[in-house]
Amino acid sequence: MDTSSIGAQGTKTATSPSALPRLGASTGRAKAELSGLSRQRIRTAWLFLTPMMIGLAFVAGWPLLRTIYLGFTDATLSSIDSYSFIGLENYLVYDNGHWYGLLADGLWWKSVWNTLYITVLSVSIETVLGVLVALILHAKFPGRGLVRAAILIPWAIPTVVSAKMWGWMLHDQFGVINDLFMTLHIISEPIAWTVNPDTVLGTIVAVDVWKTTPFMALLTLAALQMLPKDCYEAARVDGIHPLKVFFKVTLPLIKPALVVAVVFRMLDALRIFDLVYILTSNSEDTIVMSVYARQALIDFQQIGYGSAASTLLFLMVFGLTLAYIFATRLKLDGSGDH
Amino acid sequence: MNTFKLRTGQVLFALAVLALLLYTIFPFYIAIATSFGAGTGDHVYTPAYFDLRNYLSVFKEQPFFHNILNSALVSFATVAISLLIAVTASYALARVHFRGRTMLLLTVLGVSMFPQVAVLSGMFELIRMLGLYNSLGSLILSYTVFSLPFSVWILTTFMRGIPKDLEEAAIVDGATPWQIITRIFMPVLWPALVTTGLLAFIGAWNEFMFAITFILSNENRTVPVAISMISGDSQYELPWGPVMAASVVVTVPLIALVLIFQRKIVEGLTAGAVKG
Repeated sequence: MDTSSIGAQGTKTATSPSALPRLGASTGRAKAELSGLSRQRIRTAWLFLTPMMIGLAFVAGWPLLRTIYLGFTDATLSSIDSYSFIGLENYLVYDNGHWYGLLADGLWWKSVWNTLYITVLSVSIETVLGVLVALILHAKFPGRGLVRAAILIPWAIPTVVSAKMWGWMLHDQFGVINDLFMTLHIISEPIAWTVNPDTVLGTIVAVDVWKTTPFMALLTLAALQMLPKDCYEAARVDGIHPLKVFFKVTLPLIKPALVVAVVFRMLDALRIFDLVYILTSNSEDTIVMSVYARQALIDFQQIGYGSAASTLLFLMVFGLTLAYIFATRLKLDGSGDH
Repeated sequence: MNTFKLRTGQVLFALAVLALLLYTIFPFYIAIATSFGAGTGDHVYTPAYFDLRNYLSVFKEQPFFHNILNSALVSFATVAISLLIAVTASYALARVHFRGRTMLLLTVLGVSMFPQVAVLSGMFELIRMLGLYNSLGSLILSYTVFSLPFSVWILTTFMRGIPKDLEEAAIVDGATPWQIITRIFMPVLWPALVTTGLLAFIGAWNEFMFAITFILSNENRTVPVAISMISGDSQYELPWGPVMAASVVVTVPLIALVLIFQRKIVEGLTAGAVKG
């Protein structure tokens, strides 16, 4: 993730001659002239990449490095220009018979637990729901295009808006959810969904599922549409039960695409912020890692401490990304595409 | 017996589609109904009146028109800048073989996974250093960098799909890479640009964490923050009518975009992920 080191590596490889013959030799004809041409092409390529690399290095790489560094300091919002290095004290320190720091803070661990709880539950539910929705949309029926557009609506709505909308629907006195559930005799008395500690995490998961299932469904649908049709014909002719076909044929075939979608969504869910912040504001029952870190940074003005929390969240996301890249050995080179 | 089986199957399927529609659209319906007074008195699910009082109050009591302009400005600027940078970068990544390309693509992918809060304090410092605190420039800068990775990612995928002979013919004719991009690729690429631009636009229009951290004054806020800040007379009870009216106002353009460009958006979402 350290963009500056990539840039350095890039300039080194651009002038390295070993990459050139492979490109020039492939055509064979007028070797010298072509390798001159491809050398020029590679130079242009790096020129074209420069704005992106500068942007990423200065506005993503640099702030990230600063955040990691500030995590080892006692910087505060009011004294952001003068601070001192305090080592790991933001993370853990033993003082006067007590442990202090992030790793000794119960609230931090609660935020970690809540984040993981929301991530695992939300992604599992939306994967199952998403596959179901994709199967529905994969069938041919009149108005399919319209339904497909409709399920994009939750995805496109700003999270702030969806949080407000659901906050209102889940209102303990005037909300339609309580009214609906009481009419259907699912509950006997109104529930304060977003306040009650027993229901609030589940409520966040439910709203998150509503918002993100479309993404899952559309990715799954795209995978379904790429499947070969003939084996389904064969299964149908042989009279194999559709459920069996789904579990034995469809699911294994769409699994790679599903894994990608699940990982994307997990990385997204780990940094959940807007929904929790709006729906339950500063409640300790629902605190997640992003909310904890931002609260420390901005509300409590402890830049150093908050940066340490941010760094831990980053490490979790980074670790998951690395694990995923190595587990699937992503073919990113694209050499097979030509 | 068989036709009966077929019919129950069809009915069940139709019910499933209806349930799906209800699930996705009902909350938005409630938002619209509430902006016309539902949720007060006897009207739980239906509008209580059909005048625009809640809409007018949003525009009168806060600089909401200003907020919309800010959001539009920030979103369009983000789209324009990130597309410009992404097109040239993805040309290099998709069409030129060089060492370090895989590493670079991985880095780009990695940046798109950044939790926003992980760069928040560093970004805060940078923005103060550049004198952009409390200005829309801070948002354009941060959104551009956050939309750049997936723009590059999607455009690279699309560009790989362009037949090689098209480009080789141009190279033989002596076209420079810049000419190849603008004259040969652009006409083929514009659907991909629309897709990428739409995703970047929606991302910028909806962003919340940077917007609430880097902007202080009411006039410079974008709409998501403006909506989150609408408050009523009492500390505990929100004026739900105006909140829902504001929500409807900012969501309608997005729904219009989704209905018009659904195919393109789906293409972009899947190109960004399935290919990965």
